[in-house]
Amino acid sequence: MIEKLMNIDRRIVFILVGLAVIIPSLLSVSFPITVSQPTRSTYDYIESLPTGSTLMIGFNYGPSSLAELHPMAEAVIHHCFQQKVRVIGMTLLPDGATLGDDMLRKVADETGAIYGEDYVYLGFRPGATQVLLGMGTAIDSVFEADYAKTPLAEIPMMADITNYEQIDLVLDLASGSSTEWWIVYTNTRYNQQIAAGVTGVIVSQMYPYLQTKQLIGLMPGLLGAAEYEKLIGRPAKGTEGMSIQSFAHLLVVGLVILGNIAFFIQRRQAE
Amino acid sequence: MWELIGIWLAALLTLCIFSFLYRDNPFYRFAEHLFVGVSVGYGIVLTVHQGLIPFAWNPLRDAFTQQQWIGLVKIIPICIGALFFARLFPAHGWLIRYPIAILIGVGSGLAIPNVMRADIFEQVLGTLTPFAQIHAGELDPFQIFGAILMLLGVISTLTYFFFSVEHRGVVGGVSKIGIVFLMIGFGSAFGNTVMGRVSLLIQRVDFLLADWLHLI
Repeated sequence: MIEKLMNIDRRIVFILVGLAVIIPSLLSVSFPITVSQPTRSTYDYIESLPTGSTLMIGFNYGPSSLAELHPMAEAVIHHCFQQKVRVIGMTLLPDGATLGDDMLRKVADETGAIYGEDYVYLGFRPGATQVLLGMGTAIDSVFEADYAKTPLAEIPMMADITNYEQIDLVLDLASGSSTEWWIVYTNTRYNQQIAAGVTGVIVSQMYPYLQTKQLIGLMPGLLGAAEYEKLIGRPAKGTEGMSIQSFAHLLVVGLVILGNIAFFIQRRQAE
Repeated sequence: MWELIGIWLAALLTLCIFSFLYRDNPFYRFAEHLFVGVSVGYGIVLTVHQGLIPFAWNPLRDAFTQQQWIGLVKIIPICIGALFFARLFPAHGWLIRYPIAILIGVGSGLAIPNVMRADIFEQVLGTLTPFAQIHAGELDPFQIFGAILMLLGVISTLTYFFFSVEHRGVVGGVSKIGIVFLMIGFGSAFGNTVMGRVSLLIQRVDFLLADWLHLI
């Protein structure tokens, strides 16, 4: 029995995980969500910004991380447009170019935000370090035109935005090292306030920056999206996903405990 | 119509990728190669349009068509960058050393002072600042415990990676405490990784059940 348990076919585990996700999806179950302080700090900072402030969002993720970061982007952009905070979107990764454009357009359609007045999308520029440093001097030295190739000089919203001095907060939505680039080249050099929303895989690396206040807030993966949706009172994909996620987590915890019990029994038998 | 084709294509490719969970097969390899090819192609096209054309081509074009001669300065970085292709010609392959040297030199010059400040000085400051706050009576007992625990974690973990002294006696004991902190860190990273990976599965299942099969 123990022997069989220790040598269980991994495909059985895959099936169990699949069922733990599919069944709750079909039943539309929901669990309560508690908001953590790092997510609340991001929300509070944006909430405290006066009308007409500017938030820059870095869509630094690709389709492979869309599941965690797109709901987060949607919730934050909704909040910004509600607060009349202007949004500048950009990306340091080619994969993120269309994702950022789609998300801004989607939320703008839902909220009635106007392109060029409430938000601008700059798109992608290669050379991450040079882009971050260049925007500290002049944004139009790096992005002379927006994603649709309209010169920044012709966009009303950009008339009073030259560099980081006019940007109240940078929110980096990241699946890789981009948050560290923003901290090293933008926070350290230009004293720019930065918050981050990152995938679960890299969130552990970000907590030291939160403790030193190099990040003013941090949203961890799909959980961060669900928490932010709760704060703005608009449950969406993040909230749905976290309820389903709880079942998968219970299964993984159960399997880890079972595996450990079997391991120790087997070791005792061998002794 | 096009949206429907897109959904079916995405659903079938998702199933092709998931088929790897059973075992490696031609459907999985087809989807994998397609993904790699499309990603690289997309990246190249975007880099040409968002990087090469605005920063290299347009300034040169404007120099000759609108007499904006300052654009000719771009010839210098373009020529240095073009030396990367010297690798294709074995007799002149050594020329690639110049752009690499410039990249490493400029990159290091930019990174070292900023990384030192962001990742070392600020982190040391962040570890020690709570003790100044304890001295000033600004922290409650729980925060004081957190500050001491953090300092203990930093010192013991750094001791574990200090290999100039044999890990015996006091040093061995402290480094063992460091292992405990490292294990807690790895456990946290593993838990977050599980959350991230399950999130990806949830999004795909949601797509298959809602957008493709209309079951939810």
